[in-house]
Amino acid sequence: MGIRVNRVLRFGGLWVALAALLITGVVAVGALVAGGYDPGVALSALVRGAAGSPEQLFSVTLVRSVPLILTGLAVALAFRAGVWNIGAEGQLYAGAIAGVWVGLAAGDLPGWIVVPLVLLVSSTAGAVWALIPTLMRLRLGVYEVITTILMNFVAIQLVGYMVSGPLQESRGVFPQTDAISASARLPLLIPGTRLHIGFAVALLLGAALWVVLRSTVFGFRLQVVGQSPAAARITGRIDGARVIFVTFLASGGLAGLAGAMEVSGRTFALYEGLSPGWGYTAIAVALLAGLHPMGVVGVGILFGALEGGAGAMQREAGIPEAWVSGIEALVILAVLAADQGRKWFARTRSERARPAESSVG
Amino acid sequence: MAEVALLTSFLAASVRLGVPLALAALGETVSERAGVINIGLEGSLIAGALGGSLGAMAWSSALGGILAGAAAGALVAVVFAAFVVGLNTDQIITGTAITMGGLGFTGAVYQARFGLAGVPLTLPPLSSVPVPLLHRIPVLGPALFEQAPTAYLAVAMGILLWFGFFRTEWGLELRAVGESPDAAQAAGVRVRWTRFWATVFGGLMAGIAGAHLALDSGTFVEGMSGGRGFIALAVVVLGRWNPLWVVVAASFFGGASALQFSMQALGWDVPHQFFLALPYLLTLAALAGWVGRARPPSALAHPWPKTTM
Repeated sequence: MGIRVNRVLRFGGLWVALAALLITGVVAVGALVAGGYDPGVALSALVRGAAGSPEQLFSVTLVRSVPLILTGLAVALAFRAGVWNIGAEGQLYAGAIAGVWVGLAAGDLPGWIVVPLVLLVSSTAGAVWALIPTLMRLRLGVYEVITTILMNFVAIQLVGYMVSGPLQESRGVFPQTDAISASARLPLLIPGTRLHIGFAVALLLGAALWVVLRSTVFGFRLQVVGQSPAAARITGRIDGARVIFVTFLASGGLAGLAGAMEVSGRTFALYEGLSPGWGYTAIAVALLAGLHPMGVVGVGILFGALEGGAGAMQREAGIPEAWVSGIEALVILAVLAADQGRKWFARTRSERARPAESSVG
Repeated sequence: MAEVALLTSFLAASVRLGVPLALAALGETVSERAGVINIGLEGSLIAGALGGSLGAMAWSSALGGILAGAAAGALVAVVFAAFVVGLNTDQIITGTAITMGGLGFTGAVYQARFGLAGVPLTLPPLSSVPVPLLHRIPVLGPALFEQAPTAYLAVAMGILLWFGFFRTEWGLELRAVGESPDAAQAAGVRVRWTRFWATVFGGLMAGIAGAHLALDSGTFVEGMSGGRGFIALAVVVLGRWNPLWVVVAASFFGGASALQFSMQALGWDVPHQFFLALPYLLTLAALAGWVGRARPPSALAHPWPKTTM
């Protein structure tokens, strides 16, 4: 929306995250008590649901962490470059549609061809879904916050159309696709569980992004553009528009990949409401992780546990699962508050230090 | 004759669907004029819908619902304002969290109150009030002048805010805060105070919009705000931060949403998802074609006072 966004995005690390978790915990327990629930029962159900058994840990928590890590990386990467991609949800769905389409159309081919093809086409679809907001920002100066959100709603309707139209199951009863064939499904990481290789891919991508941000020229440029577009311009060596273009599409690609992991690794079919809002939860994941790729991996697993445990909390303590998205919003607010606290401490400290510095200089 | 009836019902539906957009966008115009962009508008809308439903049931009156919805929307905006004005946090991220929290907590409260599966509620209807004489105009009369009170409220607020913005000292101060907070402060305007209440007013209007949604459909459904908060944000841009144009832009989007009913009535064979996606697609198209010529308040989305680090 033609707003000059010129903000320094440095969310501060481990202490801020710990403080934010503490704040969230206190407020969440307070809200549970206020809602008339027993927080002890709720918490033990949460923990048992998330990690009470190897089955819960590997087949629920870690499986759920895969889309959270991938969309979390998508958001963290974009935010680092000052790209406000709130559209991971839509990009995930674009990837899921493309992935299931390839899985259905090319399911006769051997797995070592189909699976990479599914992942490739899905991430491309996610990037294409991000292309419209990208071009609208770069060519027309339309602020991407609104456009990416609007694209989410369009994607959700597109899924609705696909699963009740061109891609509907052959029986034609339910609004869902047929199951993709075995060769288009992701191989299991640990046999006997539902944990698929998507988890390993997510970990590797987290590490790879960390390396890219830390020690490549592109990673450096990306962060300069994110922290100070003016500085990037002044150097004369950084093409800000190009960096934003590449980052935005890469972010969309990561979210699209999350969609592929879901249809090819967990559900094996596409239906409406496939994602319980992972693309939005991803924002909480990325911020709590301080926009650090390896942090995203850790927080993604933590949130996977939270979502995994939420089901048990609903069954055993009667607490609606909808609480979880409330808690995720609380996490974001707590990170913001804790980060303002960090800045305040840093400022007062530097003010105290300033007289000494000036006597030297 | 059938065509005329269809036109009347299309226009009436356009107004009915445009009203919540107009109310929410007018409120947002006030907060954006003060330099605060509230992405959490959706959170205020859904809180207004739930608050409106509960209020209308408690008092068995639509007016009670509107008032409760306004209060709920304002309450959500108080949380948002406490963060962005009080703590000076990033407006975009805070707003996103407020929207997520609003959708989450209203869902949780609804499920806690009415069971996990949810039940359709029976809310007192938002009965339409015909404007004397005008409602007798053929075609237009029944469409435009036999509407819910909230529709008249939207038009009245549009005119009132236009007058307030551009003809009163109050409006001058508000716009100064959004254009140049430093200059406003130097002139003795309380910048943060102005931003705070402008944001809360925006939430209040969004709350009324949410209550209208619930009362108009007769029940509350989880997530029933359906992205209208975000469309309202775009409506503000299309209306160029001018309350009168904001009302016009909102009616346009109301018309886009109403198309689905008319097309179905005409028997067009287009998947209904296309019509459900149409408001979002039109918003995207309108933003693409329009934004280059629109200039937002200079200090929009900028925290104040400016701090380094």
